[in-house]
Amino acid sequence: MALLTFEDVHLSFAGVKAVDGVSFEVRQAELLAVIGPNGAGKTSIFNVLSGVYRPQRGRVTFLGEDLLARRPYEIAAMGLARTFQNVELFHNLTVLDNLMLGRHHHFRYGALSALVWYGRARRAELAARAKVEEIIDFLELEAWRRHPVRLLPYGIQKRVELGRALAMEPRLLLLDEPVAGMNLEETEDTARFVLDIRDELGIPVVLVDHDMGLVMDLADRVLVLDFGRPVALGSPAEVQRDPAVIEAYLGGTA
Amino acid sequence: MTRAAPHIPAGRSRRVRGRPLLYTSYTQDMALLDTPAKKTGTAVLVLLAFALAVLLQDRSLEVLAGAYALAIGAIGLNLVTGYAGQVSLGHAFFVAIGAYTAAALSGPPGGDTLGYGLAELWIWLPAAGLAAAAAGVLVAPLATRLRGLYLAVVTLGLVFLGEHVFKEWDELTGGPGVGREAAVPQLLGVRLDQDGPLGTKEQLLYTLMLTLLIVFAVAARNLARSRVGRAFAAIRDRDIAAAVIGVPLTRYKVLAFGISSFYAGCAGGLLYTISGYVEPGSFNLLLSVQFIAMVLIGGVATVSGSIAGALFISLLQPVTRSLPALVPFISADTTKTPNVFQVETVLYGLLIVLFLIFEPRGLYGLWIRVRNYWKAWPFSY
Repeated sequence: MALLTFEDVHLSFAGVKAVDGVSFEVRQAELLAVIGPNGAGKTSIFNVLSGVYRPQRGRVTFLGEDLLARRPYEIAAMGLARTFQNVELFHNLTVLDNLMLGRHHHFRYGALSALVWYGRARRAELAARAKVEEIIDFLELEAWRRHPVRLLPYGIQKRVELGRALAMEPRLLLLDEPVAGMNLEETEDTARFVLDIRDELGIPVVLVDHDMGLVMDLADRVLVLDFGRPVALGSPAEVQRDPAVIEAYLGGTA
Repeated sequence: MTRAAPHIPAGRSRRVRGRPLLYTSYTQDMALLDTPAKKTGTAVLVLLAFALAVLLQDRSLEVLAGAYALAIGAIGLNLVTGYAGQVSLGHAFFVAIGAYTAAALSGPPGGDTLGYGLAELWIWLPAAGLAAAAAGVLVAPLATRLRGLYLAVVTLGLVFLGEHVFKEWDELTGGPGVGREAAVPQLLGVRLDQDGPLGTKEQLLYTLMLTLLIVFAVAARNLARSRVGRAFAAIRDRDIAAAVIGVPLTRYKVLAFGISSFYAGCAGGLLYTISGYVEPGSFNLLLSVQFIAMVLIGGVATVSGSIAGALFISLLQPVTRSLPALVPFISADTTKTPNVFQVETVLYGLLIVLFLIFEPRGLYGLWIRVRNYWKAWPFSY
């Protein structure tokens, strides 16, 4: 059964069609890449999925439940985690606190327990800390644990953001341009983490990126968009041969 | 996910002799006072503060007791403005609600103003906090619609609204220029605002305020390091990202206003027990600005900074009040210009500006600089 289905979704902003009849599904343990020129609607699809935008038409289900009627924090609690194209971390907080925030919806204690601390709150925080340390270990962030994220280099910030999404213990991970602005070494590190997430942690991933080398190497399937419309969907090899894709990227014959 | 390595003990703490900064458990690493220096420093400070009750003169104790009560209010404002990033100029309004709830509950029945004769502190103090918190929760939905300056302007409106209501509602407040008696601090039958076998009025009130300040401060620190405090900071730093990772914005903004107003209400109830008298004109914009000054001068999003800021502002007053004796052209008479009260107002503004420019982290930031210098001493890098 498909984990996530995205059916015939239409999203427009006052006449500009950002997403125009896109359908796809995400299967268990797969890595689906979404590519397309700038303004093709890739990030808009992510914003629909995480509840930031509400489409005019279409159906989106996640784990068999309707996503469109839900608020962003409810969608997060269902197990849908994402990263952002421009790093959206909590800049004054440490790496540790950013990751702990990823676990926000896993906590059950309330404000009164928090004021008292001893008892429920302390137990829950200690357990969460142990979980977060596993992610710090997984993403090799040990050296930056106590640093406020605003002081970290860009590449590390991207990795912290990935860590925050992983801390949510997601059922599906959406990565919006995880290697944008990275050098070759950082790109390769990130590629390794993405593969480990799919293969070791078994979390399916939807990836948006402009780095064709990365996308074609990593993805199981590729969805190509242009001006909000789906152009092609298939394995990397199929998509690369598709004339419609070549036209979208390189321009067609006149 | 890789499993935690078996040699890392998750629960048990072990102290290694001669390695005070080696943590062997998350409990040690996440402790509020995580270094021996902080532990001894805090213990010495608390003991000294209690010792002051017998060391200082009553006049000084009165000033400090007021500072501690204000510090509770400042911590409250820091929770909503410093931690959760919702700028509020309406803090004086919540302080007023606390002050009048406490005064009305504990006041003598059958007097000129409302009174129910419940003088026990443990009744009126939580009630004052809860009444203010309820008002805070009612106001909070504004914060879900407005941001930054707009929220500041709307909360500013609260102060004027409150000022008018409190001036007109004679039955509760006694009216402007008349006022009413403040809350009566009585703990298990002992009046704390009268000299007794346990000490003078000032000593009793000082000890009460200090104890309560410690309780409120520790609770605020606990809140700040919990999921709630992190959610506040997430909303302050990036609200959309906070929602997307699972923080319900509205719920936490309401919570921030509620808890902050609870602190303000308790501070209001306590503050006026020292003078024994509340005047409706005192809950004006200047009081809100004083709280903002405490937070900014002390240190945004720090509990210790809020306390330092409240002490700083409170101790500034005896200094400015002695100015007329030293500087001939400053008058103690409110009808003349320049008088001490004008000098004070200008000074608050000036201090806020100077701190924002030179040390935005406030007194807390200064302390961090000094600490880091001495930590690295004699190496300057």
